Amino acid sequence: MRMPLFTLISIVVAIAVFMVTRLPNIEYLFVAGYTIVQYIVLATAWNILGGYCGYVNFGSAAFFALGAYSTVTLATFGLQVDELVPESLAPYFHLIFPLPIPVLIVIGGIVSGIVGFGTGYLTLRLRGAFFAIATLALSVVLATLVVNWDFVGGSGGAYVVRPGKFPGLGSYMQYLFLLMLGLAVLSVVLARWIERSRLGYGFAAIRDDEMAAEASGVPTLRLKLIATTLSGALMGMAGAPFPYYIGYLAPASAFGLEYAVNSIAMPLIGGTTSWIGPVIGTILLGTLQQVTTVTISSAVNVLLVGVLLIAFVIIAPNGIVGLVQDRLRARRKG
Amino acid sequence: MDFPFELLINAIIAGVLIGGFYAAVTAGISISFGMLDIVNIGHPAFVILGSYIAYYFNINYGVDPILTCLILSPIFYFLGTTIYQVYYLSFEKRGQQSLRGLAFFFGVLFVTEVLLLLAFGVDYRYVKTDYIGPSLQFGFIDLPLRMLVPCIGSLILFAGLQLFISNTFIGRAVLAVSQDQLALQLMAVDPIRIKRIAFGISIAVAAMAGAFLIIIQPVEPSVGREYIGRVFAICVLGGMGSMPGTLIAAILLGVIESITSTFYGPSWAPAVSFGVLLLTLAFRPSGILGR
Amino acid sequence: MTALLQVQNLRKRFGGFVALDGINLDVQAGERLGLIGPNGSGKSTLVNCICGTLQNEQGTVHFDGQLMNGLAAHQRTHRGLSRSFQLPRPFPSMTLAENLRIPMLYTVHHRSGTPLHADNIDARCHELLQLVDLEKKARHLPGDLTQVEMRKLELARAMAAEPKLLIADEAMAGLSHAEIEDILALLMRLNQSGITVIMIEHIMTAVMSFSQRLAVLVSGRKIADGKPEDVVRDPEVVRAYLGE
Repeated sequence: MRMPLFTLISIVVAIAVFMVTRLPNIEYLFVAGYTIVQYIVLATAWNILGGYCGYVNFGSAAFFALGAYSTVTLATFGLQVDELVPESLAPYFHLIFPLPIPVLIVIGGIVSGIVGFGTGYLTLRLRGAFFAIATLALSVVLATLVVNWDFVGGSGGAYVVRPGKFPGLGSYMQYLFLLMLGLAVLSVVLARWIERSRLGYGFAAIRDDEMAAEASGVPTLRLKLIATTLSGALMGMAGAPFPYYIGYLAPASAFGLEYAVNSIAMPLIGGTTSWIGPVIGTILLGTLQQVTTVTISSAVNVLLVGVLLIAFVIIAPNGIVGLVQDRLRARRKG
Repeated sequence: MDFPFELLINAIIAGVLIGGFYAAVTAGISISFGMLDIVNIGHPAFVILGSYIAYYFNINYGVDPILTCLILSPIFYFLGTTIYQVYYLSFEKRGQQSLRGLAFFFGVLFVTEVLLLLAFGVDYRYVKTDYIGPSLQFGFIDLPLRMLVPCIGSLILFAGLQLFISNTFIGRAVLAVSQDQLALQLMAVDPIRIKRIAFGISIAVAAMAGAFLIIIQPVEPSVGREYIGRVFAICVLGGMGSMPGTLIAAILLGVIESITSTFYGPSWAPAVSFGVLLLTLAFRPSGILGR
Repeated sequence: MTALLQVQNLRKRFGGFVALDGINLDVQAGERLGLIGPNGSGKSTLVNCICGTLQNEQGTVHFDGQLMNGLAAHQRTHRGLSRSFQLPRPFPSMTLAENLRIPMLYTVHHRSGTPLHADNIDARCHELLQLVDLEKKARHLPGDLTQVEMRKLELARAMAAEPKLLIADEAMAGLSHAEIEDILALLMRLNQSGITVIMIEHIMTAVMSFSQRLAVLVSGRKIADGKPEDVVRDPEVVRAYLGE
């Protein structure tokens, strides 16, 4: 299937999902749906660097939180324009602020992309294991910086007021859900495009054998930096609307370990070699988690994710996609 | 305003004491990651596990934590060898250790933390022994026994490990595996067995460090996460696999953390170790005493 | 006429161990050079330094008139320097045809300026696989290959980068007589089409029949460099490597 057709189908599917979610008129569906679609973006973004290139990122939370905190910073700035900006310029700022969410998404993406590039530049020359550890370190360092910066609320957190309604759509939550669906389409289309492009072959060569890739002429450092930047940017874009979704942003929730675990578990369980793996993994794991959190407890939910991750990584290294492919191959031979 | 010398000196001393302890926590990683290239990012989970087991026997039977972990070390050793066997069969053999091995250990870290959470809850747990509470005083210098005893214990443990590596056959085989696995195979020594033994030792040492930890401070399940940064920062800073380097780096980090905490407040403490790690990785990945 | 490859005073150490102690080597365009020496003499280190997998501390490498020092391995491959690995390193998740695509997409494409058309690439891949007699397994994964087929794939991938100079690092180790003949014939054919070849080998019969010139490396130093018949009679070479 060629890319333009795929893109069209993805958009149609997204719109269909949105329409279907509106039917029962239950607000909770949008709340739960937003989380799942958000993880589709995070899982797909993680997979570009992790599954395609083979470089594990433990710091998804950091890139996600950077997007969220860019929004908080700009929102807080917008509220305090009169105190922070000289009187003559204030009217211009009042025109721009509060910034619409799509703009915030772009800014979140840029900020996270730059940090992704920077982290990569400092650490990608080392082995993959060191990069992974560095991403974990980054998460903690950023969290500490945020906790100590009062402008964004410090350890106490910050409130972001969510408007009640969005013209034409109903509740603001529906608008957020629609935006996140748009991001999901963007990430999935991007992932599939990469898979089939020259870039994708380069990524796969790096994942399979970096030294051989380099000897074959693949500019490994440059490609890894591209992957890190893209991945970080997408995660930042996913994080930008989060403060509006949750209303109250505390470092503990923005930098929560569940982002790191989920964005690794979902692609690994779904399958890392294709764009569809993260999607399958997210839908399965995400739905399971929503059910467990509501029926049992959130601690058991986290335990479940960890156990599933370990089990799949040992038993089915190529995830659900891999299992299906093996079945098909066996059937063809048999 | 006079410069707070007394504060500084006590901060440095506290840093040295805790640095000694950090060396014991890191010793296991120096072996598994520094020498054998097994990225056991779940190492701190076993430290915390050791802490909780020591807590259990202390609260219920009044046993000294260090004694508990010493007696139970064969069990931790066995746990370590089992985990390595699973790791080897699932990942090393298939050549997929980079992505999936990391995910595996991350999963182990996570699952252990949550299991402890479900078993013991989020409250801080602490042990009671005779040496928690009193301190030795020399003028203005304050040496709390709850830090001195673990530090001395850590140094003994560390020295024991160093002797093991340089003087026993298995110890030297571990060093050999880290340098040239193929040559070792040609000498009819099974490198897999050596790695298994070494990994078992690293986990047993981690649990021992856990006993020290719960003497120094109260523990709750997510404390392990702070130690990920510390442990890898020390390992890299000390030059991968160099035991003397690990000790120096551990004390250095302990002192830097202590001074930062005393003068700038404890909320900056996590950033210190992870920040040191990032800086070292970026600018001097071979460490101070690099190989 | 300047040599295609000029290695001058190359030094490389690993900590306290001196792997290469001032190597001087010239290779003329179109030449067939054999490089021999005992295990641990530094042959693979030399290859790694020439190709950029390792960076040398001292000395220079000039290829095709350009200084290679500081250039990454992929940049040297772009300029026409290619190598096969002693232990084959195929891309395990890709088919044989896809394995050959990588150098075409990233080296040949880079050189020609205009992007190669997909069909063109496919055609070239199959051509190369035919050359090494692996065309029937084009859609198989490297895991399905025998030892000698892996070696051929390794060479084919090095060839896919359309090099001016190819370094074949112990491509024949452990192979049967017939298989060695196969690889030898392949390398000869390559050379006849204009590619300079450096063959690193232990198998003396192959080295002798292939090389126009022979260089000997012992303990990081080049102790002989000349016509094969002369070199094998050199007493120092006999003592250090060939034996009585």
